[in-house]
Amino acid sequence: MTPQQLVEQLRARFNGAIHNVTEFRGQTGVTVARERLVEICRFLKAECGFDMLSDLAGVDNYGQYPRFEVDYTLYSFTHRFWFRLKIKVPEDDMTVDSVTGIWRTANWHEREAFDMFGLRFRGHPNLRRILMWDGYPYHPLRKDFPLAGMEAELPDPEAGAGRAEPAPMLGGPFVAGSGARPSSQREPRQYDTLAEREEKQKLHGDTA
Amino acid sequence: MLEAEPAGERMILNMGPQHPSTHGVLRLVLELDGEEITECRPEIGYLHRGDEKIAENLTWTQFIPYTDRLDYLAPLANNVAYAYAVEKLCGIEVPPRCQAIRVIASELARISSHLLGIGTFGMDMGAMTVFLYTFEAREKIYDLCECLSGARFTTSYTRIGGLAHDMPPEFLPMLRKFLKEVPATIDEVDRLLSRNKIFLERTRDIGVLSRADAVDLGITGPCLRASGVEWDIRKAHPYSGYENYQFDVPVGTVGDCYDRYLVRMEEMRQSVRILQQAANQMPDGPCNAPEAKIVLPEKKAVLTKMEELIHHFLLVTQGINAPPGEIYFSAENPKGELGFFLISKGGGTPHRLKIRAPSFVNLQAVPLLAKGHMISDLVAILASLDFVMGECDR
Repeated sequence: MTPQQLVEQLRARFNGAIHNVTEFRGQTGVTVARERLVEICRFLKAECGFDMLSDLAGVDNYGQYPRFEVDYTLYSFTHRFWFRLKIKVPEDDMTVDSVTGIWRTANWHEREAFDMFGLRFRGHPNLRRILMWDGYPYHPLRKDFPLAGMEAELPDPEAGAGRAEPAPMLGGPFVAGSGARPSSQREPRQYDTLAEREEKQKLHGDTA
Repeated sequence: MLEAEPAGERMILNMGPQHPSTHGVLRLVLELDGEEITECRPEIGYLHRGDEKIAENLTWTQFIPYTDRLDYLAPLANNVAYAYAVEKLCGIEVPPRCQAIRVIASELARISSHLLGIGTFGMDMGAMTVFLYTFEAREKIYDLCECLSGARFTTSYTRIGGLAHDMPPEFLPMLRKFLKEVPATIDEVDRLLSRNKIFLERTRDIGVLSRADAVDLGITGPCLRASGVEWDIRKAHPYSGYENYQFDVPVGTVGDCYDRYLVRMEEMRQSVRILQQAANQMPDGPCNAPEAKIVLPEKKAVLTKMEELIHHFLLVTQGINAPPGEIYFSAENPKGELGFFLISKGGGTPHRLKIRAPSFVNLQAVPLLAKGHMISDLVAILASLDFVMGECDR
């Protein structure tokens, strides 16, 4: 199969969802309707043998409508060529259906596109920032984000900023914190008997 | 793996970002049941420098030094991959001599990267000696890099449409000497590790990555081939004249840590083969493409000729006026498929430069591979994936 034949196949199957076909230096890119992306991807994987998602890239075409686009670079081990799907995403509705259910590798790629552009992937199992820290307010790869950066509060570990959830098992036997009991006192195995342990803990004014 | 009753001692352990076996600034949040890993969540981004953002504000040529800092264990290979990507966008082809020198550069980088990967793999498994042998050989590769590009580490050797300069006359004799010496080092490592009982027990059947999982997770490079997929971009989509060299692509059968080690060992031997052929059939001729509006002219000509001076001035101040279009080019780097997705809207700078970093994608396999293993097995798994955080976080 050649890329041209594949485009024909897509046209025959998803008439109306195939918007624009570009050819440049022997590489084919097809712009498809955003609503039917998952359907088309599923067809490409199941029936056309595109078993690998090589790359997923968000793009900001600032000043154009629709402003954003997402490019999916697919590869087929059977047909041995790369094929590109594109969707356009307007700024006022930045949701895209996630393809993590089709190719698991999309997971981190989509998190990166969310982090860098603010694209929201519907159905993603864990859409969190991946390169910037949780709580960072901007999307740095947008064209209106200055190269020099913008001021943002640095993650403050004391205040718990920079993490999405409180430290797991806070105060447990393996977690030390400032002002907490020293580890020798928290270590449950230092006492020979349970009675001794309760007695010592009472002595330290400890109810834990 | 034995299905044990959970002892009820669930513990969350933070590993990294400052941990020797995470090979850089990778942080793993482990959920443990006793010493068994029930869940592993990698946290990345500690080395994020915004290379893709920086690229949008530089000319195509100015970005070359940044590619050194992606996979900083194989900077030459990154230089080569980036140069081919931009050349594909511009629609030019480099002369055979340049292609052959680039093959030498890529294969030296591959040996250097695998030597480090295997050396640290051995060290993580408690075999300190291997590391010393591999680093001795890597030192010689750095000497070769210095001879070739003038820099040992951050080489920036390629230019769009050619090379910074042709290789110096003393390079080929130095390379031949190296090619005589390095097989002994590889054999030494082979003898120290391949049948070492401790190494075998720590790596065999640990972190088995099935063929289907590897493809689904987008794993590339030695890790994909260790899982039994015979796919090497040098063979499947030859670039840089790789179709003119004879070499084999090693493939694993099990997909465990030991297979990934074996694939890398054999790849080094194949790289030596390629280097020997490249050194013996080095073509003569120019090493830069003739397109004067894309390729930087020779410095001597810039100082003496009017036309070259104008081209040089325009290329340096405004950058290469690449045609509007978009290109995906990927090269077989030591860590896997290093892809560049370039969008040009004309003008001297990229509109978007996306780096498809193999380490970024390969690291996604860690949660799957780590599940059900012990913490000490995780160390083996990480070492066998052989990633570089500079490339992962970009």
